Amino acid sequence: MASNKTYWKNLAQLDPSDEAVKKLEHNEFVSKLPKDFLSDEKTLDESSTSRRDFLKYVGFSTAAATIAACEGPVIKSVPYVVQPEQIRPGIANYYATTIADGYDFASILIKTREGRPIKVESNKDAPTLGCANARVHASVLSLYDSLRLQGPQSNGEDISWDNFYLQTDSMLKALAASGKEIILLIPTLPSPTSQKIISDFIAVYPNVRPVVYDTISSDTALNAFEKYYGQRALADYNFSKARTIVSIDADFLGDWQGGGYEAGYASSRIPNGDHKKADMSQHFQFESNMSLTGANADYRLPCNPADQKNILAFIYDSLIGGNVRELSEELNPLAQKALTALIKSGTKGVLVSGIEDEVAQATVLAINTYLKSEAFNPESPKLIRQGNANEVLTAFQAIEAGTVSGLISVGVNPVFSSSNGKALGEAIKNLEFSLSFTSKMDETASVSQFVAATPHYLESWGDYEFKPGHFSLAQPTIRPLFDTHQFQDVLLRLAGRNTKLYDQIKAHWNENILNSSSWSKALHDGYFSVESSHEFSKPSFSGLNISGLRKASSKGMSLVLYTKTGMGDGKQANNPWLQEFPDPITRVSWDNYLTISLSDAEAIGLKNTNTANGALNGSYAAIIVGGKTLKAPIIIQPGQAIGTVGLSFGYGKRMGLKDEMQTGVNAFELYQNFNKVQTVEISALDEEHEFACVQLHNTLMGRGDIIKETTLEIFNTKDKKHWNKMPQVSKDHIEFDVTSPEVDMWQEFDRSIGHHFNLSIDLNSCTGCGACVIACHAENNVPVVGKREVRKSRDMHWLRIDRYYSSADSFEKDNKTKESISGIGDSLSIFGKMELAAENPQVAFQPVMCQHCNHAPCETVCPVAATSHGRQGQNHMAYNRCIGTRYCANNCPYKVRRFNWFLYNKNDEFDYHMNNDLGRMVLNPDVVVRSRGVMEKCSMCIQMTQKTILDAKLEGREIKDSDWNCACSNACDTGAMVFGDLNDEKSKVAELHQGDRMYHLLESVGTKPNVMYQVKVRNTDEV
Amino acid sequence: MNIKTHLFKGKKIKKSNKFLSITFIIFITFFSSFVVSAQEVALNDNGEAVQAGKKLFNANCAACHKLNKRAVGPALRGVSAKYDKEWLYSWIKNSTAMVKSGDAQAVAIYEEYNGSVMTSFLQLSNSDIDNILAYTDYIPPAPVASAVAPGNVASQSGGSGVSNDIILGALVLVFLILIVMLFLVQKTLLRIAEASGVKITPEPKPKRTPIWLAFVQNQFLVMVSVVFLLFSSAYFVYGYFMQVGVDQGYMPVQPIHYSHKIHAGANQIECKYCHSSARVSKHSGIPSLNVCMNCHMNIAEYNGEEDLENGYTKDFYTKEIKKLYAAVGWDETNQRYTGETQPVKWVRIHNLPDFVYFNHAQHVEVGEIACEKCHGPVEEMEIMYQYSPLTMGWCINCHRETNVKVESNEYYAKIHEALSKKYGIEKLTVAQMGGLECGKCHY
Repeated sequence: MASNKTYWKNLAQLDPSDEAVKKLEHNEFVSKLPKDFLSDEKTLDESSTSRRDFLKYVGFSTAAATIAACEGPVIKSVPYVVQPEQIRPGIANYYATTIADGYDFASILIKTREGRPIKVESNKDAPTLGCANARVHASVLSLYDSLRLQGPQSNGEDISWDNFYLQTDSMLKALAASGKEIILLIPTLPSPTSQKIISDFIAVYPNVRPVVYDTISSDTALNAFEKYYGQRALADYNFSKARTIVSIDADFLGDWQGGGYEAGYASSRIPNGDHKKADMSQHFQFESNMSLTGANADYRLPCNPADQKNILAFIYDSLIGGNVRELSEELNPLAQKALTALIKSGTKGVLVSGIEDEVAQATVLAINTYLKSEAFNPESPKLIRQGNANEVLTAFQAIEAGTVSGLISVGVNPVFSSSNGKALGEAIKNLEFSLSFTSKMDETASVSQFVAATPHYLESWGDYEFKPGHFSLAQPTIRPLFDTHQFQDVLLRLAGRNTKLYDQIKAHWNENILNSSSWSKALHDGYFSVESSHEFSKPSFSGLNISGLRKASSKGMSLVLYTKTGMGDGKQANNPWLQEFPDPITRVSWDNYLTISLSDAEAIGLKNTNTANGALNGSYAAIIVGGKTLKAPIIIQPGQAIGTVGLSFGYGKRMGLKDEMQTGVNAFELYQNFNKVQTVEISALDEEHEFACVQLHNTLMGRGDIIKETTLEIFNTKDKKHWNKMPQVSKDHIEFDVTSPEVDMWQEFDRSIGHHFNLSIDLNSCTGCGACVIACHAENNVPVVGKREVRKSRDMHWLRIDRYYSSADSFEKDNKTKESISGIGDSLSIFGKMELAAENPQVAFQPVMCQHCNHAPCETVCPVAATSHGRQGQNHMAYNRCIGTRYCANNCPYKVRRFNWFLYNKNDEFDYHMNNDLGRMVLNPDVVVRSRGVMEKCSMCIQMTQKTILDAKLEGREIKDSDWNCACSNACDTGAMVFGDLNDEKSKVAELHQGDRMYHLLESVGTKPNVMYQVKVRNTDEV
Repeated sequence: MNIKTHLFKGKKIKKSNKFLSITFIIFITFFSSFVVSAQEVALNDNGEAVQAGKKLFNANCAACHKLNKRAVGPALRGVSAKYDKEWLYSWIKNSTAMVKSGDAQAVAIYEEYNGSVMTSFLQLSNSDIDNILAYTDYIPPAPVASAVAPGNVASQSGGSGVSNDIILGALVLVFLILIVMLFLVQKTLLRIAEASGVKITPEPKPKRTPIWLAFVQNQFLVMVSVVFLLFSSAYFVYGYFMQVGVDQGYMPVQPIHYSHKIHAGANQIECKYCHSSARVSKHSGIPSLNVCMNCHMNIAEYNGEEDLENGYTKDFYTKEIKKLYAAVGWDETNQRYTGETQPVKWVRIHNLPDFVYFNHAQHVEVGEIACEKCHGPVEEMEIMYQYSPLTMGWCINCHRETNVKVESNEYYAKIHEALSKKYGIEKLTVAQMGGLECGKCHY
């Protein structure tokens, strides 16, 4: 029987005019489903490919692939006609050289394979700056930059070098004859031979005036040092000798005064000495932005630039005597504490500062002299910053006013890196003569008449003097890839000297430096040291007037410009490794941003939000400095001083870069008068920016077993079980350690025979600098996936450095809060609160890579046994066996497995270095380049351990502990990462394995990892 | 596919050359046998001086001098006519002294050859030098055309291959004629029968179920044969797919016909003399051309055995040596490098996939595995080919069977002691040492 009843699902259905109901008649869902699991929706909608077409393509390509797969390609092998003696295919050669690009200075070793430089290593034997940071590690990729200039140009047209010399020579001669002034703008170049070549050039062309230009200036510190010690240099510090370190806005683990201090600092941070009487340095940090250094401090106080000056004055007055001006309530306790610690440690105390004020820098020198600080080293100052801000500003003004007729810029890009770049660019266009020595068509080169293509530093000769008496040499590690000339060679030729830079260096060294030592040995070592005979009279600081520091006060917001570990001054902005490198603090890649405190952000109406797939978005803010406005997205930064905002240099470049690399905003535009502190107004804009952030959860939520930490007091007074307790598990009502075989469901494998590799990571000495991340990228051919993919959490870093904030003042309090939670209501509300970081949180870094579990959860779930365990402790991954089920990644408690969602090489969608022949030259031939659809992860550098073993077998010898290496432990200048063979009782790693501080990550899971961590000990008073 | 085309090409060349080569062989064998005999006769005439001179020349002079061609030093044919005998004695015994003393002729030679010094041969007596000069002066008489009929030679040395072909051809012809004849006979017989009124009616066959119907009706048989068919086709499909990517026997045509048979076989040159990086590196390395020139600076023409059947004549090989000279930029007449090089693009034969790590030095030096174990009888290979399948199963099998050479290698001392104590055995295979782990070869 038919029924006339109408059934309805909801009231809306009864209303015939309802929009949703109408839509549902035709569609399954009211709104369109998002398609962004494939790619971004916009591209998909705009695409002309229909679903039918897509299926056709799939069919055809499958068939084509099947047919193509049956046929092996014909591979050609082309041997040398005459093989160079030292090159043997398959064996790496190492050359010692030096990087000195005006910002980064380091003695390094270059690994070459078949004549191609493929990796940078620190030259650990070098007495000065033998440490490579993340940027130096990445610099080898910049050699293979496809956008490098391939030859000289004149007015935008390619010309030959002969023509170039002909034209520039006649113009220079004409200008010299009429006596018109030319400015020679050079970066800091502490090179004896180059200085000689420049002075010879000036002797021929007396109208040329050299001006040293540091894009990021240390002018005030240089002026202060010059005033008291008579030399334009920077005092050196040896933090390994310090017991108390007070830093007032000095990011010395970053790029402060040229950097390179992490090794000394880290060595003072490891508690050592007799049991229960261990000692380590204590570190106080007063700063406005959260810096790498601040994140490592025992005590950190966020304060604005004026407060920093007050604190410096307070310490000076209290120590040396003066009218002590009381500090405000917020500053006083920690400043007092720092002062007490400084006084207590006597000559083992040191104070450093990054305040850009000549008086402040002089005060620092005075305090360290007064303390007779052992860490303070003015006798052997550093020469790696020379820039003179006043001279540069005058030169720029002269160019703009047209009072000079020519500009020769050498490796600097003032149009990009000065605050009035646009006007400067226009002025350069109007100059009679402009010549730019550069390897890229950058902003300055594009407005210059002549562009001289210069080689990369790995194709160049050079000599440097980092400190008086500490010399180093740079040698080419590959023949120039393009038709380039070094600027020294060009100057020699233009000065009419019929000689080459190499001959000049060799002659200069033999005459003046080597003192009959061997040139070949110096070149082989990459460095040469002589006793420095630099003498200076003891400076007197009695005339120092610091009333300006005492009275300093702040009005409104301050913008504090800084540099990021990954990008520095932005010379390598076209380096995809560095672009994808997540900032150690914010964990954001591919961007710079305005860091702002939560309370300021709320007051202005700025916010960070997480989208449905977890990705981070941030509001845009307008930054107004002296009439100039920039638009930048914001990141709410825990630990940012209220009333201050931070913005990093190095981004916002638009010329000489691939589209993907043109990220961020140019902070140089706000860098007026070379002052990193600027008064600023911030207002909210109604726009959102999409970030690519790799860590979306910032706090540890009281899970003290992930980063175990304690204080020095507890470490010294209490037993191990109080601060490094092994988790327990109950069996038959008896408590067992989780590592006990009693409670193990796995059969134990005897690992006592042969090698058993272990990696130890000391959370005390790890500063989070990220050199290991880039070294791992270079060694293991890890692909760059781009901003869009990183935003989807598809980053490929095999090694990540997790950064955690505490949600209370300290992690310890978080742990207590978590333990006190009872009941579901409590847990919901309290955990919700714990997700937020504190205003001034404690920070901890933890490098995490594959833990190489002896009882690996990933291995048991692989349906094709693509991942398996070696008896040497490594968790193997056979890429050719992997079918991409991703079960292993799901079952990994440490989340260290990375999936190749796409083909990242030879794919125009991922137009980074692996998409062109030049960029692919950096690939390590001993490691396979993975294809789409396979899982990959840290292999504990099995190619390096195997190499060590194979070499020993070939030479028929035992392996020493120092022979073992992996890329990350090699790159770690602080010694936080130690790699070795556990079965060698004398090895460092075996000793660390037995130490009290040793623990494994998530020990309670029972995975028995081969990576261990050392408990972080903070030198704070809490008991 | 490629392999096949290459193989196929090889065969094709062989076939087309066969006929040519036969005639060639006939001609050459006949010709050369005559020349040799003629030479021998003449030598006997000139006595032992030439013979002794030849021996001395080959031992002392041949490294730098050739009879008819300029090498490191000048060509020596008829040298005694150019210089005074006494002068030659002192020059050969100590040329340096003569140059120093300022002898005009000596200085001229010294300068012509860019100041290269001739070795002093103080050990040679004047009579030795006389013998050498006798040899260099000796001109073998020109060969005289033979009157022997070519047909004769063919019957003697033409080889049984030809006659077999002819016999087979004749047989086929005979059979064909036979078939035609039988057909004609039958036709004639039928015609006769018809003419004589004999009616031939075929006997009616008893009606039977056709065999295919019987087969279809027998369900058991159908099932068995279907199963059989499925299994056998699966076997062949599997077999086909398993050989995809296995290039055993891959024998590509190389830009220079380099014969391992001549170098490693006839001349017994050690493998690692040329492939020296096999000792130290993961790559065995294709030798660079300067390695070739170590010997080929003096070996400008081929004088060894010939394989006439395949067209590998002396001339053929000499042409290949010229290709080397062109590639390396060697000016033969002036004995110097021109600097114009054209690197040789060899076709790589052994192609391991990128995801496999293989180290020659470990196998050759540490494991002391002979090259032939994987590369086969290279000394017999005129054209190099891939001897082993290079499959993972093949690697693994060897790792299971081969013992590690632990003796006198310090590296193994500790681990060997521990392992033999644990398992109570003295010999350990590669597999027992962990040589089957994925990560040992795949990273």
